[in-house]
Amino acid sequence: MTEVIATNQTILVVGGGISGMTAALEAAECGKNVVLVEKNPALGGRVSQLYRYFPKLCHPICGLEINLRRLKQNPRIRVLTMAEVTEITGGEGDYTATVRLAPRFVNENCTACGECGKVVDAEVPDEFNYNLSKVKAAYLPHKMAHPQRYVIDPSIIGTADADKAKAACKYGAIDLDMKEESIQLKAGAVVWATGWKPYDAAKIQPYGYDRFSNVITSVEFERLADIHGPTKGKILRPSDGKEAKNIAFIQCAGSRDENHLRHCSRICCMASLKQTSYVREAYGDEGKSTIYYIDIRAIDRFEDFYQKVQKDKTVTFIKSKVAKAVQDEKTGDVVLHGVNTEGYHRYATPHDLVVLAVGMEPSVKGVNLPAEIVSDSSGFIEADPSNHAFFGAGCASNPLDVNRAVQSATASALRAIQVVNRVARVEGQ
Amino acid sequence: MSENYRNNFLKEVEERVEEGHWVKMCMQCGVCAGSCPLGPHWAHPPQEIFMMIRAGKREEVLTSDSMWMCTSCYNCVVRCPRKLPITHIMHGLANLAYRLGLSPKNQTTQKFASMFWNNLAQTGRVNELKLSLGMYFKDGFAQGIKNAMAMQSVGLGMVKAKRLNPMELFGGHGIKDKSGFHAMLKKAREIEDRRKNFA
Ligand SMILES: Cc1cc2nc3c(=O)[nH]c(=O)nc-3n(C[C@H](O)[C@H](O)[C@H](O)COP(=O)(O)OP(=O)(O)OC[C@H]3O[C@@H](n4cnc5c(N)ncnc54)[C@H](O)[C@@H]3O)c2cc1C
Ligand code: SF4
Ligand code: SF4
Ligand code: SF4
Ligand code: SF4
Repeated sequence: MTEVIATNQTILVVGGGISGMTAALEAAECGKNVVLVEKNPALGGRVSQLYRYFPKLCHPICGLEINLRRLKQNPRIRVLTMAEVTEITGGEGDYTATVRLAPRFVNENCTACGECGKVVDAEVPDEFNYNLSKVKAAYLPHKMAHPQRYVIDPSIIGTADADKAKAACKYGAIDLDMKEESIQLKAGAVVWATGWKPYDAAKIQPYGYDRFSNVITSVEFERLADIHGPTKGKILRPSDGKEAKNIAFIQCAGSRDENHLRHCSRICCMASLKQTSYVREAYGDEGKSTIYYIDIRAIDRFEDFYQKVQKDKTVTFIKSKVAKAVQDEKTGDVVLHGVNTEGYHRYATPHDLVVLAVGMEPSVKGVNLPAEIVSDSSGFIEADPSNHAFFGAGCASNPLDVNRAVQSATASALRAIQVVNRVARVEGQ
Repeated sequence: MSENYRNNFLKEVEERVEEGHWVKMCMQCGVCAGSCPLGPHWAHPPQEIFMMIRAGKREEVLTSDSMWMCTSCYNCVVRCPRKLPITHIMHGLANLAYRLGLSPKNQTTQKFASMFWNNLAQTGRVNELKLSLGMYFKDGFAQGIKNAMAMQSVGLGMVKAKRLNPMELFGGHGIKDKSGFHAMLKKAREIEDRRKNFA
C-alpha cells in the first residue's frame, strides 16, 4: 500500500508538467508540504516531447533539468507518478482527492541498467513518440525521465516475457505482483496543472488526418525532428520514408473554429514558425516551408521571431485557411486546395508532407471536479473567486507557452500558500 | 432614406438582406471561397463579397452575377469557422439586387427564379411543363426549339413515368381557393416590404 502523508495544510499539485513542477517547487521552497501527482510514468509533461523550444530554440531538457535538480533536493515534495487524480471533493482548507495509482511493476531499487528491456521480446506503441514507433514492453519512458526508473507494460504480465525480465534484474527491482490502488489524499489547496492535449485532428474532416498518411500533427512533427524520435531525427514522411523537403503547415487546425475549438490556441503560430527552422536545419536551402494562415499571432515580444522567419527565403506565407487536402495515391504528395485571400487566387499546391498546427484542448475533461469550479466555454479553469482554493495553473487555465505557463504556476503557488497559511493559523489557535 | 443607406452599405445589408447581420462576423479566412464548387466560375466568391460589402462597394456587389451562381450546396456553411449562414446570405443578396432592379439582366438563375415564382403564384401549384418550356424559350424561338429537341428524350421519359402530364400545357391544375391564396401573398409582400423598407 502506498503511504502518503498529507493534511489540510498540504498543497496538492495535480499534473507534473512544467507548470505543476514549478508550482510544487515554489510552494515547497517557501516551506510548504506538497504532493505532486503525475499521471505518466515520468515528470515533464508535453515540454519533454518537444525537440526545441522557442523563442531561443534551446533544448527543452535544459529548463526541465534545473527543475528536476531543485526537486531532488527538496524533501517537502512527495512525487507520485503513474497516479491520476480522478475526483476532488470538499472545499477550501479541506479537500479530498481520489488518486488512482497504476502499477509500474518496478520499485525504487531500479538503477535503469536496462537489462530487463534487453531480454523482453514484446513491443508496445511508444506513447512518448505519439505512438509513431514502438518500444520494448520493459522500457524507460524517455532518456531524461524522472524518476529514472523502468516501466513494465501491463500487457506482458502473466507471460514468459515478464518472467524473463524479472530474472534479468540483478537488483530485485521487478515486482510482478503490484496491483492498481486507489488512495485518498487531504489537501488545503489544490493547484490544478493538468495541462493540455492536442485536439483530435481526425475530427477536421477536410484535412483527412485519418485518411492520409502524409498529413500529420504539429506534436508528431516535434518527434520527427528529435534524434530520439521514430525517424532518429530525420524528417521523413510516413507513406514511403522519403525525405520531406517541401512541407506545408496549416494553421488554426481545429482552433478559432466554432465547429471545433472556439479559442485561439495562442502557441501554434509560434510552433509552426519554430518548426520551419527544423526544416532549414535538416535541408538548408533545399528545404521549403509554406505556412497557410488566417493571421499570424506571434504574441508580444515574439514578433521578432516572426520577422526573422519572414526573412528566410525558404519560408512562404499564404494568407488562407486551407479548404481541403487530398493525398495523391501514386506520388504520396498531398495537394492543398483553397484561395489565397491576398488577391483571391485559387491554388492546388502539392507538398511532400502536411503538418496540422493542432489546437490545445484542456486535459481537465473527464475528471470529477466539485460542481462549483468555473471554467470558460472551452473548459479552461478560470481565476474565479467561487473556485475558492482550487487554482488553475499553466495550460489548464489557458493556452500558454512555457514562459507564461511558468508565470501562471508561480501565481497559483502564491495563492495556494496564502490558503494553507490561513488554515495553519486557524489550527494553531 | 435610401440615400442615407447608400453611405453605409453594410448597414443596408444588415437591414434588408436575410441573415445580413452575419456579414460583420466574417473573419476573411477564405475557406468558403476555397470550398465553393462554383468558385472558379464566379466573379467574386462569398468571402470577397463580404469584404466588398464592408468596403461599401454597393454597385459592384448588387450588379454582380456572383450570388446568382450559388447552388445551395452548403459546402461553405459546414466549413465556415464562424458559422455564417453563407448560402442564405447569398440568396438574400440576390433578392435585394433583384428588388432594386440592379441584378444583371439575362442571368439564367435569376430568369428561372422569376419564372418559377410567377408560375407558382398564378395557380398555387408549379406547372412543370410550362416552366421548363418557358426556360427553353427564354433566349428566343429558334434556341428554344433546339433546347427542346436536345431534352426530348428526357421529357418523353418523364411523360412515360407519369412525372409530366402533357395536358398541363392547357391551363393546368391549381389549388382550390385561388383568390384567398393571392390575398395571402399580397399581405406577405406588404409585411416584407415594410420590414425591409421597400414601400
Ligand atoms: C506543437 C507545439 C509546440 C510547442 N512548442 C513550444 C515552444 O517551443 N516553446 C514554448 O514555450 N511552448 C511551446 N509549446 C507549448 C507548451 O507545450 C506548453 O506551454 C506546456 O506544455 C505547458 O505545460 P503544462 O505543465 O501547463 O501542461 P502539460 O505539459 O500538458 O503537462 C500537464 C501534465 O499533467 C498530467 N496530467 C493530466 N491530467 C492529469 C490527472 N488527471 N492527474 C494527474 N496528472 C495529470 C499530464 O500527464 C502532464 O504531464 C508548444 C505546444 C505545441 C502544441
Ligand atoms: S528493472 Fe532491473 S533490470 Fe530493469 S532497468 Fe531497472 S534495475 Fe535494470
Ligand atoms: S496561435 Fe495562430 S494557429 Fe494557433 S489558433 Fe491562434 S491564430 Fe491559429
Ligand atoms: S468561411 Fe466564413 S469566416 Fe471564412 S471567409 Fe467565408 S464567411 Fe468569412
Ligand atoms: S452553398 Fe453556394 S456559396 Fe456556398 S459553397 Fe455551395 S454554391 Fe458556393
